Amino acid sequence: MTVIVDYDAGNLRSVQRACAEVGVRAEITNDAERVRAAERVIFPGVGAAGSAMRSLRARDMDGALTEAVAGGTPVLGICLGLQISLDRSEENDQATLGLIPGRVRRFALADPALKVPHMGWNEVRVVRDHPLLEGIAPGDEFYFVHAYYPVPQDDGVVCAVADYEGDFCCALGSANYFATQFHPEKSGRVGLRLLERFARWDGRA
Amino acid sequence: MLSKRLIACLDVRDGKLAKSVRFVETKDIGDPVEKAREYYLDGLDELVFYDITASSDRRSIILEVVEAVAEQVFIPLSVGGGVRSVQDATDLRLAGAEKINVNSAAVRRPALIAECAEAIGGQNVVLSMDIRRVGESPGFPSGYEIVIDGGRTPMGIDALAWTREGERLGAGELVVNSIDADGTRDGYELRLTRMIGDAVRIPVIASGGAGVPEHLYDVLTEGRADAALVASMVHYGDYSVSGLKRDLHERGVKMRMSW
Repeated sequence: MTVIVDYDAGNLRSVQRACAEVGVRAEITNDAERVRAAERVIFPGVGAAGSAMRSLRARDMDGALTEAVAGGTPVLGICLGLQISLDRSEENDQATLGLIPGRVRRFALADPALKVPHMGWNEVRVVRDHPLLEGIAPGDEFYFVHAYYPVPQDDGVVCAVADYEGDFCCALGSANYFATQFHPEKSGRVGLRLLERFARWDGRA
Repeated sequence: MLSKRLIACLDVRDGKLAKSVRFVETKDIGDPVEKAREYYLDGLDELVFYDITASSDRRSIILEVVEAVAEQVFIPLSVGGGVRSVQDATDLRLAGAEKINVNSAAVRRPALIAECAEAIGGQNVVLSMDIRRVGESPGFPSGYEIVIDGGRTPMGIDALAWTREGERLGAGELVVNSIDADGTRDGYELRLTRMIGDAVRIPVIASGGAGVPEHLYDVLTEGRADAALVASMVHYGDYSVSGLKRDLHERGVKMRMSW
C-alpha cells in the first residue's frame, strides 16, 4: 500500500488524485502505524515548517518517517515534505527531521522584479541521473510555489536544479529517499510520469 | 527563470460554461469539465473557474464542477465567484481548487483576505479586481476605480490604493480585470496593468480584452504582467491554447513549451 502522510499541511487530495490518474491507489493517513507498515510513502505538504513539525510530533509521524527511511521504504517528499527532511529551516528557525544533512533558506533576491514566493512553471535540469527523473528532457518545466529552498550539505544528493537568480536544488535523492521542491501532482504529464515511476521504484538510486 | 503563464478563464453558470461580454450578456458554450480537460491536454498553464451562478444552491453546483475537473486536470486550478468566507475557501480547496479568488466580498470586508491567507496560505489567495477607468481626480489619484458585483456597483475606491491594501493584507497574487476592455477584443489595458504591477511585489494576471495573439504579447512585455488570462479567444475555437503559446514563444516570451 502507498500512503500519503496527513499532518494538516495542505491539500493532500490533489496528490491522491494524481496518483489515481496513473493507476495508484494511495491512502491518506494520519496514523503513524500505517506509515510504518506502508510499502511506499508520499510525504507532501504546504505551509510553515514550525506548525508542520509540531503536528508531525503530535502524531509520532516524525518517528514513523525516520524509521521508514532508515528501513529502506521508498519515500517521496514534496515541497514542504522535502524541506522538513533536512536538519534545519530558516522558516520559524525550526529544527526539522534531519533525514538529509542540510538547511533550508529563504530566497533573498537582488532583482526587485523577481517575486517571492517563486510561483509558476520553471525548467528543471537534471544534474544527476536518478530512476525517478528518467525521461525528463531539456525544457521540461514543473510547477513551483515556495519562498524557501533546500541547501543540502552534500552536493552529491542534488539530482536536479532550477534557476531563480541562480540555480537552486529542486530535487534530491539519497538511497530510498527522494524529494522534489516542485509539485509533480500539479505539473501536467511530466509530473504524473514522475509519480508513476515512484509507484514502481524499488528504492534503489 | 519562471515562464510567463497562459491562463484560461471559464465562467460557469448553473454548472455550464458561459462567456460574458462587457459583463452583461452571457450565453452557454459547453461543458466546463470537457473544456478544462481539452485545454489541459493542449498545454494550458493554469485554469480559473469563475462561478456566476445566481441561484441559492450555487455552492454545491460549483463544488461538483471543481471536483470533476480536479480528477482530470493536473495543473493549478483557481476558483472564484461568490467567495465570502473562509469556509467557502476551504470547501473549494477540499474539492480540488489550488487557489481561491476573492473579489466583491473582500472589497466589502477586507479582513476576508487576511483570514483566507491565514487559513490556506497567502500564496493561494488571489485578489481579483474589477477596475473601471474614471479619469484622475482627488478621489481617484490613479484614475481608476474599483467596481464590484460583476461590474455593476462602483465603490468609490481608488484602484491603486486597493491594490496596495490587498497586498498588505496577504494576497498572493492579483487579477487586474479591466471592465472597459472586457469582451471588446481590443486588447488588454496595458497602462493599468503596468501601473498595478509596478506598485506591488506579487504576481499580476492581466484580464479583459484579449482578441489577437499580439495583445497577449503586449501585456506580457510592455504591460509587465506575469500571466495573461484569456476566455473567448479560445472558447470559440478562434485560437488554440498551444497555438497562442507557440506564438508568444516565437516572439521571444519565455513560455512552457513541452507538456
